[in-house]
Amino acid sequence: MKTQARLMLLLLLAPALLWLVGLIVLPHVELGILSLRERVAPRVYEPSLAQFATFVEEPLYWHTFVRTALMSIVATVITLLMAFPVAWTIAKIARGRNKSMLFVMCLIPFWVSETVRTLGWMILLRESGVLPALLVSLGVTPAPVEMLYHDATILVGLVYTSMLFMVIPLISALESLDDSLVEAAYDLGGNGWSILRQIVIPHAAPGIVAGCIVVFMLTLGNYLTPTLLGGKNSQWFTEQIYTQFITRFNWEQGAAFGFLLLGLSTAIVWAGLRLSGQRFGEVMQRS
Amino acid sequence: MIASLPRPLWLRASTVVYGLAFFAFLFLPLVVVAVFAFNDAPYPAPPWRGFTLDWFFGHDGAGRTGLFADSAMLGSVWTSVVVAAWVTLLSVLVGTANAFLIERTQFPGKQALSLLMLAPLVIPGVILGISILAFASRIANLADDLWGLELEFLRPGLPLVVLGQFSYIASIATLTITARLKRFDVTLEEAAYNLGASRAAVLWTITLPYLKPALIGSAAISFLMSFENFNTTLMLVGSDSPLTVMMYGRMREGATPVLNAVSLLLMVASAVLALTLMRGSNARDTHP
Repeated sequence: MKTQARLMLLLLLAPALLWLVGLIVLPHVELGILSLRERVAPRVYEPSLAQFATFVEEPLYWHTFVRTALMSIVATVITLLMAFPVAWTIAKIARGRNKSMLFVMCLIPFWVSETVRTLGWMILLRESGVLPALLVSLGVTPAPVEMLYHDATILVGLVYTSMLFMVIPLISALESLDDSLVEAAYDLGGNGWSILRQIVIPHAAPGIVAGCIVVFMLTLGNYLTPTLLGGKNSQWFTEQIYTQFITRFNWEQGAAFGFLLLGLSTAIVWAGLRLSGQRFGEVMQRS
Repeated sequence: MIASLPRPLWLRASTVVYGLAFFAFLFLPLVVVAVFAFNDAPYPAPPWRGFTLDWFFGHDGAGRTGLFADSAMLGSVWTSVVVAAWVTLLSVLVGTANAFLIERTQFPGKQALSLLMLAPLVIPGVILGISILAFASRIANLADDLWGLELEFLRPGLPLVVLGQFSYIASIATLTITARLKRFDVTLEEAAYNLGASRAAVLWTITLPYLKPALIGSAAISFLMSFENFNTTLMLVGSDSPLTVMMYGRMREGATPVLNAVSLLLMVASAVLALTLMRGSNARDTHP
């Protein structure tokens, strides 16, 4: 019986270890080794920090990095502000059939691939597209304006892609708030704003943090939306990684960039968890 | 603010207005994609020039290549289906094994291992892609140098795409299946053992049927996520492009409404898949 249990454990452990060691741990070790070496001659490499030095010295690279981080923060905040009223309506105001219908309507766009959704935005926003044509026929602009390839366009696309990942954790956080707390606060003379600040937001904080973490992470690592909606002006950091790895075949530099992105993403996740005093596993279960 | 309290008229009105604007924002891109699949014009752009099915059924002779005559596009749909099928199979198998590992066994380091299983979800897809690409080519080069073996499947191509997508979709399958197994009442299995059932019989007639909804659900999610994946796929793809990569390439060139046609089919297919799943889960909830 003892040996049978051991055999069972080994059989169950094998796929997990193959997956995690073979596809996650070792590839990242390889990425780390790549990022910490420099090519001195064909097929001759030396350990060095040259790749990270290039990142610091070349303004284009770290500008892109900082820009990606800042745009991701802005996108996260906008997503939160847009999602909150909707989540509140679904969790607290809508009842019965309405409620489940609104919820499903939030889900529907996200069953469709991001490529399709981005195609939709391109048809809407490009110079020959729907919105510029509409603006001309309404007399707002004399000629069609190009609405693609701006920072605002990238933000619209990013907020759109991330919306679901904010709405769902917010709804589940708000649903667990007891209505009678809000009623009691009104009885005690609170107004809408003070109740929001002192009761609703503290209660929903875990959901807000979980949503923000997931949205920030997805935005930071997004490639499709910034490159298609931003065109040549997008300057997204994942694009730099792609260029170094695939176009220029400079794997050392690409690996260093990859680690910087991974570091930033991990730092934000960690800080978010720290701020809200949650554990990683709980947040993942929630989202 | 909440349903039980009276809300002033302006607040109710603005809730409705905001809700309409929000859902318009959500659905507008999908609606234009669908509508322009039927526009009788060479580019998916206004003005509306009349209804046509050319972008589905047109063939080379007509001057317009519709979706069903576009063999490159159809080929990429098939590529995506094959990749997604492999990813689904692997993810559900490994996810099930992981669920039993987490719920039914004890060993030192289990906590750390189950935390590591969630890690792929916080690694950006691009980085999963490049790290697997770099590691696979290191092994391939090593095999070449040491034994003169050419391991073709470790070079960019569909096998690597499958591995890359599997590396994080397995996490999602693990979460879903573990959550269901956690709620399982172990006394059911004990009763079956008492009645003389063998290990295999218990697994086959008690535990797996109980897990079935989670297995089907995670298979559907895995298939959908694999089909829609772009970031990881882009880094690992070789000469055969899955659909998302193919569409991306054409979108950069400024493509014909064939893209709208294939997108519309995708929307319909994923809606059917999702609705079937939701029906299934509703039916189970009402008739336990």
